[in-house]
Amino acid sequence: MSDLHIVSQFQSELDAIKAKIIKMGGLVEASIVGASASLYNRDAELAEHVRASDAAIDTLEQQINDEAARVIALRSPNAEDLRLLLTVIKVSGNLERIADYSKNIAKRTRVLLELRSIDGSPAALRRMAREVELMLGDALNAYVQQDQALALSVIARDEAVDQIYNTLFREFLTFMMEDPRNITACMHLHFIAKNIERMGDHVTSIAEQVVFYTSGEKPTDERTKADVTSSDAALSGMKPTWSTGAE
Amino acid sequence: MIESQKGAPPEMPDIDLAKLPNTTIGDIYVENPRMTARQVQVNYGDKTAIEGVSLDIGGCEVISFIGPSGCGKSTFLRCLNRMNDTIKTCKVSGDIRLNGDDIYAPDVDVVPLRARVGMVFQKPNPFPKSIFDNVAYGPKIHGLAEDRGHMKQIVQEALERAGLWSEVHNRLDDPGTGLSGGQQQRLCIARAIAVSPEIILMDEPCSALDPIATARIEHLIHELSSEYSIVIVTHSLQQAARVSKRTAYFHLGRLVEVGLTDRLFMKPQHEMTNNYITGRFG
Repeated sequence: MSDLHIVSQFQSELDAIKAKIIKMGGLVEASIVGASASLYNRDAELAEHVRASDAAIDTLEQQINDEAARVIALRSPNAEDLRLLLTVIKVSGNLERIADYSKNIAKRTRVLLELRSIDGSPAALRRMAREVELMLGDALNAYVQQDQALALSVIARDEAVDQIYNTLFREFLTFMMEDPRNITACMHLHFIAKNIERMGDHVTSIAEQVVFYTSGEKPTDERTKADVTSSDAALSGMKPTWSTGAE
Repeated sequence: MIESQKGAPPEMPDIDLAKLPNTTIGDIYVENPRMTARQVQVNYGDKTAIEGVSLDIGGCEVISFIGPSGCGKSTFLRCLNRMNDTIKTCKVSGDIRLNGDDIYAPDVDVVPLRARVGMVFQKPNPFPKSIFDNVAYGPKIHGLAEDRGHMKQIVQEALERAGLWSEVHNRLDDPGTGLSGGQQQRLCIARAIAVSPEIILMDEPCSALDPIATARIEHLIHELSSEYSIVIVTHSLQQAARVSKRTAYFHLGRLVEVGLTDRLFMKPQHEMTNNYITGRFG
């Protein structure tokens, strides 16, 4: 796998696309960190910066997709090269979506600055975002190093993110039931938590692409979905807890 | 047709056994094989061209042989209808059977064998005869036509199946050599199928053709695969990917890997296959 292409230009094109994915990944990591910090520190300026930085990420996604399409058309790649190009298109899409969620968090941060603060939740959201950011870093490292084991470990870690989300979901419900004046802020915070949870899903998808790129197989095990808030059974199971909290 | 392909044996690299797998990766067997090859070895003088090649060719399947120049893919193809017999220094050992018949048995006459296993070459090679006579040649020497009317019917059917009838039906007496390259190649395919072969071997049939003529031949291969087994040697990986159900990768005289084409091109098992199909140094 380490051998170089006979046509060095082809190799350069593949390397350039990979480099762009890494650059895009770096920008997306920074946007997660920025969005999380702006929320935690109530920093409007940083939130604005995160919003503004999304355009560069969108441009990179477009460039990566155009370049991948061009190489597929001109070089007719096979095997690991074809798998690389198929995965860069998906991975760039995942990265772009993650950046959109960061941007959305930054937008909501601006709104939240005008509202009463909710105790404890920014710290929990920061922990959750931190975990997603670390997972993204590992997924990108796995991509560059073609490290399937690392990619699989990233997939397994998404469960922890889902569990933080479940906890926050309950907390926000409790806050809203305690005092209706919390509802607006909690709704925004809940959307932020959901955004971070979705980021985790996109990182997991990137890790799944790494598994396909390195092995030619998609991960077979159905990954554990620990976000139970959308399940009817789980909702009915939660009811007593809310009641207790509201009493 | 056969004599025109005579020539010096191709240059063969020395085999570095250390780099090659001992056995072929992938499933060499198919259900209801039309042709079976087992442990085929070919020597040109004291040089081993291919060694230990075992492979089934199924009924109505298209299988591609790919690999770098001198890997033995054409040599193996030519074993399948004993074309290597025309090279004096060439010695073939192993077991090759067509529907259970040992084609290297001492009593086998190669002329009817080559009617059962037809061949199309890299360069279109019509006889310097009319279009009609080119196609009628095989049925005539094999005594397949009962009378002139029957012969006309055989020729028309062969030309129709080769997708050439509509282009030549009003000029069957024109010389075959006057057709375009792509038409000549389809004429050679019509000539091969006129004797109702069981298998058609194609040795880089499109390498001298433009993309349109190539597309026509590939379409034809697809059409013909409902009736015949087709073995195609090609240097065009994309052609192998487009036309064949299975692909066999040869390297340094060994059959390294064989498998379904889509799997082989998406996820080759052996590093040599991967390096070859991705255009890397092997």
